[in-house]
Amino acid sequence: MSLEWMFNLYVFVLATFVGYQVISRVPPLLHTPLMSGTNAISGISLVASLLAAGSHHSLSQILGFVAVTCATINVVGGFLITDRMLRMFRKPPAARGEGAPDAKVKAGRSS
Amino acid sequence: MTPTATLLGLCYLVAAVLFILCLRGLSSPESARRGLLLGEIGMLIAVVGTLLHKDIIRYDWILAGLVLGSGIGIAISAWIPMTKMPERIAFSHAFGGLATALVGVAEYTREAEHLAYFKVGALGFETFLGFLTFTGSLMAYGKLQGVISGAPVTWKGQNFLNIGLFFGSLCAIGLLVVHREMHQVFFAIAGTGLALGVMAVLPIGGADMPVVISLLNSYAGLAACATGFALGSQILIISGALDGSSGLLLSLLMSKAMNRSFANVLFGAFGTALEPGQAATQQSKSYNEATVEDAGAVLKASQSVIFVPGYGMAVSQAQHAVRDLAASLERRGIDVKYAIHPVAGRMPGHMNVLLAEANVPYDKLFDLDDINDDFARTDAVIVVGANDVVNPAAKKDPSSPIYGMPVFNVEQSRSVIVLKRSMNPGFSGVENELFFLPNTMMVLGDAKKTLLAMIAELKEGH
Repeated sequence: MSLEWMFNLYVFVLATFVGYQVISRVPPLLHTPLMSGTNAISGISLVASLLAAGSHHSLSQILGFVAVTCATINVVGGFLITDRMLRMFRKPPAARGEGAPDAKVKAGRSS
Repeated sequence: MTPTATLLGLCYLVAAVLFILCLRGLSSPESARRGLLLGEIGMLIAVVGTLLHKDIIRYDWILAGLVLGSGIGIAISAWIPMTKMPERIAFSHAFGGLATALVGVAEYTREAEHLAYFKVGALGFETFLGFLTFTGSLMAYGKLQGVISGAPVTWKGQNFLNIGLFFGSLCAIGLLVVHREMHQVFFAIAGTGLALGVMAVLPIGGADMPVVISLLNSYAGLAACATGFALGSQILIISGALDGSSGLLLSLLMSKAMNRSFANVLFGAFGTALEPGQAATQQSKSYNEATVEDAGAVLKASQSVIFVPGYGMAVSQAQHAVRDLAASLERRGIDVKYAIHPVAGRMPGHMNVLLAEANVPYDKLFDLDDINDDFARTDAVIVVGANDVVNPAAKKDPSSPIYGMPVFNVEQSRSVIVLKRSMNPGFSGVENELFFLPNTMMVLGDAKKTLLAMIAELKEGH
């Protein structure tokens, strides 16, 4: 095993560890945005697709083109849809504003 | 290192840090959007940096792919309803898997003969996992969408065959490391990945979809990692590891929420149809079928109400109606909460997203552990299209397939109102004795229509 491989293995293990630590702090409330967010991040395979599509080899270009398209759908769609979801999670007081005309009444009674 | 390569390396480093901060932001709803923005910036830096790479000699295909992909991505994200989110996630895992698999094929066909042994192994693994994720996610999508039957499809020797295929592929990857020029072995690995994706998801029932989707998420991440190892790209390894650990953690949480092991979900073919004899006994039991008026009367006399939503709420798109009913209850001074089970719906957090869409403030949503003791003090529980997560058999009946799964103690509340399409046990086929308890009222019909009728009922009589 070459030095580069050992180095990459270190990166992999440490990144998995950091990922596990960070992600275990995500509350169940946000598990769907988490999934769609990590999905957008894993669209980083776009980077590898770009290299394939931009190469001199013609089969590689075509496969790369399809891969770039798929990965871009994930990156662009993933970030947009995650943001659309997160916009919906509003702070409890902010819920008074739209679509919840009763919130004031309820808050008054419960306190 | 050339200056461009150094710049590129630094771009990737910044991107990796931003990705971690992006996930870190998701630890609370307040910081989540800011975190996501950091992730977007990271992705932009990584992509723009890559375009400077010396191996990229033409941009026409790249530009075409970027434009087409962005167009499709924007269109999907703008038009897809929130209730279809599990399908969207499954579909995007399919895209992710396909992208990595195709990159693997492209790399292999371009320079198999010049690659180091381990890199060929990583390419084989990447292609195998990528194609497995691709077809597996398409199958999950088909099951969610109803194109393929959601019921588990099983046959004799199925697990044996799947495990055999998996280990066969690992051996083939080993062979490829030694004989990197053997193209037929590489394509056999790719083909096995495609086949195994189909075969592995076929036996898994609709109710187990949260685990399957999380697991496919993890596979997509691992495939990206393998790409990183093959190309010597640390940003791919880091992002793939983040994605992989997220998927793994979610699938562990989901399995735990069903009190089942990973192996049991993958190979158990949960939710097989009932034996004819069992089904017959269920039919003969009596239950209280109630009208909307009866349910309305119970609600008017209540001080506290807990909603328990399930997949049925997503199917009938009833989240706004639930919110409106909650609003009219609150207007009467009734305390309203929502109990969210980790595996309610078809993916992790499914119910939370739907209720957030309907403008339910998130401090009203409670997890299993936080609310389970409250049911005994609650006047009425409204079960909206949930089934297994409110089945008392999970606590009492060791012969039940869901025995041991943590469930809501809804039967401890004074009355339970169950909104359900019909008395059919559904494809999970597990009998639910909650429906036959004396304090349970069954209001049959479409959940959304029933909820709207209940709102009207509450408005009328004071």
